[in-house]
Amino acid sequence: MTEPNDKSRRGFLGAAAVGAAGLGVAAIAPGLHLIEVSQASAPGKGASSKVRWGMLIDTTKCASDCNACVKACNSENGISEVLKDPRQASQWIRKIDLKDAKSGITHSLPMMCQHCEHPPCVDVCPTHASMKRADGIVLVDRHTCIGCRYCMLACPYKARSFVHMTLTEQNPEVPRGQGCVESCTFCVHRVDKGQIPACVEACANAEHNAMLFGDLNDPNSAIAQRIAEVKTTQVRADLKLNVGVRYQGI
Amino acid sequence: MVRLLALMAFLIMGAVASFATHAAGVPKPMVKIEGSGQCIAAAEEMRLNHMNMLGHQRDRSLRQGIRGEKASLIGCVDCHASKSTGSVLGKDGFCESCHAFSAVKVDCWQCHQPKANFKATGTAGAVGAAGAVGAKP
Repeated sequence: MTEPNDKSRRGFLGAAAVGAAGLGVAAIAPGLHLIEVSQASAPGKGASSKVRWGMLIDTTKCASDCNACVKACNSENGISEVLKDPRQASQWIRKIDLKDAKSGITHSLPMMCQHCEHPPCVDVCPTHASMKRADGIVLVDRHTCIGCRYCMLACPYKARSFVHMTLTEQNPEVPRGQGCVESCTFCVHRVDKGQIPACVEACANAEHNAMLFGDLNDPNSAIAQRIAEVKTTQVRADLKLNVGVRYQGI
Repeated sequence: MVRLLALMAFLIMGAVASFATHAAGVPKPMVKIEGSGQCIAAAEEMRLNHMNMLGHQRDRSLRQGIRGEKASLIGCVDCHASKSTGSVLGKDGFCESCHAFSAVKVDCWQCHQPKANFKATGTAGAVGAAGAVGAKP
C-alpha cells in the first residue's frame, strides 16, 4: 500500500528506468524516436514520476480584494460547513496580505499546500496517511488518517486543516469527513482528467491570470519556461523542502 | 447422572428452539436494484467481494493515481441510489438495508457522498484571514 520511501533505492530504480528508456526517448521503430511528453495520468496508468505538478503565482497580478480562488476551491471541494469558531474552519487555500513595514509596499497572495518534494507532513505521519504521489502531489489518505494532527504542526505553511464536524455535503469526487486532516490536493481529481485546478481556472476567469499550473519537469510547459525566465521565490526556501508552488514578485 | 443428562438435553433443546424462532423472526433485507444495466460482476461475487474490490481500488486510485477502474464507489452510488431518496442510505437504501441486516458497520459514508449526482455548492471563504507564514516581502 505504501510506496517505498528509500531515496537510494528509488534513485537506483529511476536511473535504471532512464537507462532502459534511453533518456526519456522512446523508440517507436529502429532509428525513429519519439520524445515522451509528460501529461495527465492516462486511464489505468496512474501518476508518473516523470511529471512534477507545480504552480506559479504572480503576486503582482493578484488583487487584494479578490478571493475568486478561495470561492472556487470551496465550491469544487465541497467546503460549505459553518463552524461556531471560525478559526476551526477548513482552509485549503487562503488569501493573505503582506506589508513591508519599512517601505509600506503591500502584496496579496493565495497560500495553500506547497506540495513539497520533501514534505514534513509525510515525515511525521505515524500511519503513513500523509503521502506524496509519484507526480509530486501531497495528499492525505483519509482511510488511514487517525486525526492526530501531527502533520498540522509539522507544516511550515499552516496549510492543513482538521475537520471538526460531521459532513453531509461532500462532492462525490472529493470525499472528506470528520476526524481527518485535509489540505489542498491541487484538485487531483481534475488534474487526473487533464484539467487544471479550480483556483487557477477561477483566477483566469476573473481576468487576473495570477496563477499558472503545469508540469515543472516538462521544459516545454508554460510554467517551466516562466520559471526559467523570471525570478521566482519558494516560501521558506531555507527549509530546503523544494516546494512545488512558487511565487513571483515577493 | 440421569438428571444431569436430562437437564443438559433440556437446555440444548431450549437453545435450538429459541434460535429457530429468532431466525424466522428477523426479516430478510429487501434489496432493491434500481439500475437497469449490468453490474461489474455477478451478484454472488459482488456480495462476497465488493469490500475487497473497493478496498484495493481505493488504494490504487488514491496512492498511485490509477483512475477509471471497474470498481468505484461513485459507480456503485450512480447505479444503486434509490430513485425516491437519491441515496444508497436510509431504511431501504441499497447499502444500508443489507448492512443493517448483517450488523456490519459501514464507515464509507462518513466521507463519501451517498447521493447520486450530488453537487456541493460551498461557501465563500474568508479573505485576508490568518497571518503570513514565514513569508516576508
